[in-house]
Amino acid sequence: MDPAVGLDEVADVLIRDGVIVEIGQDLEMPKGVVVECAEKIVVPGLVDVHTHLREPGREDKETVESGTRAAAKGGFTAVCAMPNTDPICDTGSKVRFLVERARERGAVRVYPIGSLTSDSIGSSIAEIGDMIGEGAIGFSDDGRGVQDAGTMRRVMDYTKAFGTTVIAHCEDESLAGSGVVNEGEVSTKLGMSGWPAQAEELMVDRDVRLAELTGCRLHLAHLSTAGSVDIVRNAKARGVAVTAEATPHHLFLDETALLEPVSGRAYDTNLKMNPPLRTASDREALVAGLLDGTIDCVATDHAPHAPHEKALEFEVAPFGSTGLETALSLVITHLVGPGELDWAGLVRVMAHGPRAALGLPDVHLEPGAVADITVIDPEARVEVRADRFESHSRNSAFLGHNLLGKASETIVGGRIALRNGKVVD
Amino acid sequence: MLSTPNIIDIQDLTESDIITILDTAESFKEVNERRIKKLPTLRGRTIINLFLEPSTRTRTSFEIAAKRLSADAVNMTGSASATVKGESLRDTAQTLSAMACDLIVVRHKYAGAPRVLAECMDAHVINGGDGRHQHPTQALLDLFTIRQELGHLEGLTVGIVGDIANSRVAGSLIPALRAVGARPIVIAPPTLLPARPDVLGAEVSYSLDDVLPDLDVAYMLRIQMERSEGMPFPSLREYARFYGMNAARLAKARPEMKVMHPGPMNRGVEVSSDVADSPRAIVLDQVNSGVAVRMATMYLLLGGGDSGTAS
Repeated sequence: MDPAVGLDEVADVLIRDGVIVEIGQDLEMPKGVVVECAEKIVVPGLVDVHTHLREPGREDKETVESGTRAAAKGGFTAVCAMPNTDPICDTGSKVRFLVERARERGAVRVYPIGSLTSDSIGSSIAEIGDMIGEGAIGFSDDGRGVQDAGTMRRVMDYTKAFGTTVIAHCEDESLAGSGVVNEGEVSTKLGMSGWPAQAEELMVDRDVRLAELTGCRLHLAHLSTAGSVDIVRNAKARGVAVTAEATPHHLFLDETALLEPVSGRAYDTNLKMNPPLRTASDREALVAGLLDGTIDCVATDHAPHAPHEKALEFEVAPFGSTGLETALSLVITHLVGPGELDWAGLVRVMAHGPRAALGLPDVHLEPGAVADITVIDPEARVEVRADRFESHSRNSAFLGHNLLGKASETIVGGRIALRNGKVVD
Repeated sequence: MLSTPNIIDIQDLTESDIITILDTAESFKEVNERRIKKLPTLRGRTIINLFLEPSTRTRTSFEIAAKRLSADAVNMTGSASATVKGESLRDTAQTLSAMACDLIVVRHKYAGAPRVLAECMDAHVINGGDGRHQHPTQALLDLFTIRQELGHLEGLTVGIVGDIANSRVAGSLIPALRAVGARPIVIAPPTLLPARPDVLGAEVSYSLDDVLPDLDVAYMLRIQMERSEGMPFPSLREYARFYGMNAARLAKARPEMKVMHPGPMNRGVEVSSDVADSPRAIVLDQVNSGVAVRMATMYLLLGGGDSGTAS
């Protein structure tokens, strides 16, 4: 199945030396390896454009190896690694470290995202050209937004020359303050500081306007509000070169999950993320935006954290949920299963959409294409359990959820990284 | 007996629980007026006052309450959260569980900590105030005091004035008043209101003078500058001008209206000194009720009468 090339049939896919050589009926290759895919769906490899691999610096939470194994488990043939490691990935040599580490230990492809500003503190432009030279594919201060509009404009102006993408974390810190949950009903009931939707929307609007001013390609990370979706929809209608992502937790959970967590644990810190879970109507607007193409792709914002950190009080525990190993199952369960999205739509939002958003080489199911392929078992039953993760971390917002469908095979450049649902060592 | 093993959120309690606590507190109040203020009721039971945020008044009130019931009361205090020492709340809970205590009173800097503690241990938990969230025993002692002064609760209009956004007292008092049929109105500048005061069950007014004639009680909250992000009003002087209780305002209120404050008061800000020292202010009655009400919560949670058995 690949809507980009009009492929939707039961067929064999012949792969040799990492490349698809033929798609058709009853294909055979002497001494070849057969992967039986009856009742399964073969799609171009999924890509996550928003992953935190934590290496270097917090290898207890995740490493390139464990994070890419988690990606393979989740059906992703590539991940884009955010730069907020320790140290921050803000120079060419640090990008090179990641590229080399991924080559040695990566179960799937790793595309480095470099820091937009030096040390991600939002003041001076990082060595963007140098990082591109070493393999960076986009730039972001993710984890923080660039607060100063003048700095953001300068960075976007500079970045434009390289034809690369600025990925914006949209959060006005003067408004979000010490907010840890969405400002509104739940923040009032739980007695915690609120992070209002407008703190995101102001920055989404600002960055869209700066993209218009500078002509720099802009990708908006983890949108969480209905207002943000509207701003992007209007911008796209005007022809602004902007793309956007939404995470499974913002698409499939809302703030009321905090009042009655599936985990049964009050003040469940696995539900603390930045931006926070929003209202049911925000959630619905995100889904509508994903379905109508306003939001280009699903991105996990896979954010592994150590158990002792997530065991802290909600107000001081770190933000984030893991996501690589649940994203595909969640999209199938909540969108494909109920008929809101067809399989071609899933390929759009998880394979082609992410590549297009960050300008990654496209992968089609056609002869001559690189064999980055995900095989989906649409009927598999998945119980999200802490003891079943490849990730070093367990902080999933979806622990205890029962889901439908998962990846059974992940093939990266012809190499089988996941087989029968098990990561190949 | 109560319908809940813990008192963490005022909404853990049914209306009947609240009335049971208030009625039980009546009898303990009488004990507190005796020369020998001690009952053997909780002899052999261990109560830990885990105060991980500075407090003297509330901690002392709980400690006196426990001792008057003959429980072994131990104070554990920390300068801040135990997390400073790298110990998680769950570790703290397990440590206290291992000491086999019967009841934990917990005051914590962060919302939700008492709930997390209760989930991790068998002992009963009373929330002595968590972050900006809840302070249920304060709400109970306030209801007790209002009932004592005005004779009933149902139908009363209670204005809660001031720093609602940062107030765990308001977080508990608003639902408590609703539960007993009273009408809470929060009165504050918008900068001191939470996002959705309506979900707690309160009406909202920005003008104390507008609603003053309706009030049976003016409940003045302490301005908590330490919890606020950015100055929420231009000056304390301007705040006092619009939201402070003073003699001129008192003259325009109903003659039977009472002035309350959870303490400690910023005299001249929330309440002028002449009002604070007048008979209309029942702040010390609140403190006095506090001991009786806390005795009632401990007694009811720990099953009171059967404390003499080996269980």
